[in-house]
Amino acid sequence: MTRKNLYGNNGPARLISRCRKVPVRAALFFVLLMPLLVGIIAACDGDGDDEAKSLTIYSGRSESLVGPIIEQFSNATGIDVSVKYASTSQMAATLAEEGDNTPADVFFAQDPGGLGAIEDMLQIIPRDTLDKAPAWARSAEGRWVGISGRARVVVYSTDNISPDDIPTDMWGFTDPAWKGRIGWPPTNASFQTMVTAMRQLWGDERTRLWLEGIQANEPKVYEKNTPTVAAAGAGEIDVGFVNHYYLYRFLAEEGEDFAARNHHLTAGGPGSLIMVAGAGILSASDNSENAAKFLDFLLSPVAQQYFAGQTYEYPLVEGVNVNRLLTPLSEINNPSVRMGDLADLKGTQEMLRSVGILP
Amino acid sequence: MASANESGAGRKSGLTRPRASRRAGPHPVLLGAAAVVAVAIALPLVYLFIRGVGAGAEFWELLFRLRTLQIVIRSALLVAAVTGACILIAVPLAWLITRTDLPFRRVWAILTALPLVIPSYIGAFLVIVALGPRGMLQRALEGPFGIERLPEIYGFPGALLTLTLLSFPYVLLPAQAALTRMDPSLEEASRSLGHSAWSTFRRITLPLLRPAIASGALLAALYTLSDFGAVSLMRYETFTWAIYLQYNSSLDRILAAGLCLVLALFAAGILLAESRTRTQAAYHRSSSGAARPAKPLPLGHWRLPALAFCGGIVLFALVLPMSVLGWWVARGISAGESVPDLWSATANSVIVSAVAVLVVLAASLPVALLSIRFPSRASALLERASHVGFALPGIAVALSLVYFGSQFAPVLYQTTALLVFAYLVLFLPAGVGALRTSLLQISPRWEEAGRSLGRGPLAVISTIDLPLMRPGLIAGGSLTFLLIMKELPATLILGPAGFKTLATSVWSASSEAFFAEAAAHALALILVSSVPMALIIVRQRWQSQ
Repeated sequence: MTRKNLYGNNGPARLISRCRKVPVRAALFFVLLMPLLVGIIAACDGDGDDEAKSLTIYSGRSESLVGPIIEQFSNATGIDVSVKYASTSQMAATLAEEGDNTPADVFFAQDPGGLGAIEDMLQIIPRDTLDKAPAWARSAEGRWVGISGRARVVVYSTDNISPDDIPTDMWGFTDPAWKGRIGWPPTNASFQTMVTAMRQLWGDERTRLWLEGIQANEPKVYEKNTPTVAAAGAGEIDVGFVNHYYLYRFLAEEGEDFAARNHHLTAGGPGSLIMVAGAGILSASDNSENAAKFLDFLLSPVAQQYFAGQTYEYPLVEGVNVNRLLTPLSEINNPSVRMGDLADLKGTQEMLRSVGILP
Repeated sequence: MASANESGAGRKSGLTRPRASRRAGPHPVLLGAAAVVAVAIALPLVYLFIRGVGAGAEFWELLFRLRTLQIVIRSALLVAAVTGACILIAVPLAWLITRTDLPFRRVWAILTALPLVIPSYIGAFLVIVALGPRGMLQRALEGPFGIERLPEIYGFPGALLTLTLLSFPYVLLPAQAALTRMDPSLEEASRSLGHSAWSTFRRITLPLLRPAIASGALLAALYTLSDFGAVSLMRYETFTWAIYLQYNSSLDRILAAGLCLVLALFAAGILLAESRTRTQAAYHRSSSGAARPAKPLPLGHWRLPALAFCGGIVLFALVLPMSVLGWWVARGISAGESVPDLWSATANSVIVSAVAVLVVLAASLPVALLSIRFPSRASALLERASHVGFALPGIAVALSLVYFGSQFAPVLYQTTALLVFAYLVLFLPAGVGALRTSLLQISPRWEEAGRSLGRGPLAVISTIDLPLMRPGLIAGGSLTFLLIMKELPATLILGPAGFKTLATSVWSASSEAFFAEAAAHALALILVSSVPMALIIVRQRWQSQ
């Protein structure tokens, strides 16, 4: 085609010249076509997988923590695992929206609350798998099972106080002497689970009095555990109510100079609660067998040793050693509370609201 | 003069000057594209209605209990303060960078845009580390001056500081684009009539900048409204904070949806207020001939203060955060942490962001064209409504696409295609605002000339409008790119399983206090984002020479 035709004004040549001169149209075409192409490629990918050899996990636990052990499972079994990472609450909301259309086989959650929120979407876990974890660490109906344990502790600033100054149980912090010295993350799931346990152990009346007592001491409010531990390390607060394992991350990053340590309350009670991170299998899963294999693996000595060694958590099966930095479970005066009994999140939040801690 | 009045041609050209020209209406392709965009905009709202309706009586009780009015006022205060502060920082900065002989202008142009890419929860954490009650500043002052407590950073001051430092580029980028394309002849006339540089700026430049400032300020306002990361760490309770409380803590997405609808109403109020700033004024050159680039104004003895201003902004918004991040990486490595592999996350971030930028710009074009060239209630509504996705919490938009995607488009669900679509819903206004501002500076008469010379309506868009809109395309593209680079909730929820970006890696590591790993990814996020910005600016220089 000659240049003259291209710019000419006659019939088909003009049409062609127009098309060539209209990147907008090309761009629109591209925009509409590209998602389709990507989608088709993705769909082909999905179909190409050997169904019997695949597993999809929704993980509310961070990749930094559980990525390596999931990879180990994949290597050991030859099962092709794909993992989606987000926060536990985001994953629970996503699962609830997906309903039966969910591509997930397993939900691996940071706390029992997230699992409880979609418990009706989970199937009952095979007995053999459930029985690997102690009875207190499962849901009442056997729809989810605890994988690793974490302890509630008091993190304290080593610059400001010594462990001898810390009361023997949570009630002691209601003393006005603690005014302005406490930090807590009241919107955090683990904190709220601790309050639920407190209601179990102390009853609603005393729990409310405790909340009011702490509130009267004007605690500093933090978004979650990490900034609370950071604040204790900086001496911004004297004590904070948190989970135990965050401290070890700070020690790994900042070295032994980090000016905060954990303290387990000597008289026990709700402040020394042991909680779990857990997992369940979706009812809509096409890969229930692989899912059960995965849960089995997480409760195997290899994986439990990983959690003890790498994530500073408490193993839930017998015969696995606790990390040497941690206080052994036998030395913690922890109350016996069944995880399945800590489902009343609504009731706890209602109480936190009525005391004015939540809006 | 008389002959001009008598001549038929002269009268005719006078008749065609008003905006409602002889053109019958928008081209069907334009309308079709706009319809697709309208559907994209509507999806989150439809979803929120479906969910929100289920809330019932409990919802009204919640609204009452929240002391809604109180937190709405808190949100409004923060939005107004952040927006005002952004304008105060960004407008002088944009003017210094585009219109004066400020040394290293191109370097400043790159550096001042980058704070946008820092995720707000990281920005807030860094501000606390630096300025907190026992932060770096206090420790530095404690030794020599014995200062034990700094003024409280938590609450309003911290939220204002963090969000301003992160969002002034929203105003800066469109303002720079507008100044680049602005016809300097008016300013020159003003100077020649004896007005000082300041008076000219106030009476000529600023009014001409109004659409650009308004579109950028709108983005800054809506971003502040929808932010959770900074306000939660700074413990300043806003309406969006209350919504996230429902999502994160109560795990109640139904009540959250109800609150999101209230937030959308709030956003509608801001959109309406911004509409009021719009006038019928023409922002393009009205006489014949083409505008040439403005001559840089010599700063003279103002050069040092100007440099100090730019340097101060870059120091606080970029250098200090990056230094703390760098220090975390160094500390972690010396404590035996391993250096994470950044490659796949970087590649994913860049590729998906680049593709999404093209999609967002392509979708913004029809919205901007319709709203400027074919003003009507419908085109105005479309343009205004395109901002809603940006004002909603990211998680609400993501869940709406989970709802529709998993039910009606399982083939696309959890593919990068749907993720790109989510970015479109979220960041459309960044493109629309910049293109709209740019289009205002183009006289419709050039399009008419193109049409009269035989080009079709679409050919006119591509051969006349698009080249002239280049500053706007660059500004809109840069804004969108930086926003997508740091986007978190939609990427986490809608991305394919195993899909990692720099932003998700920063979040994943920081949520478990892996500071060195989080900082390495955050530094990579900032550095990688600077590359396309630098390329654009270097290319601009090459072309202008």
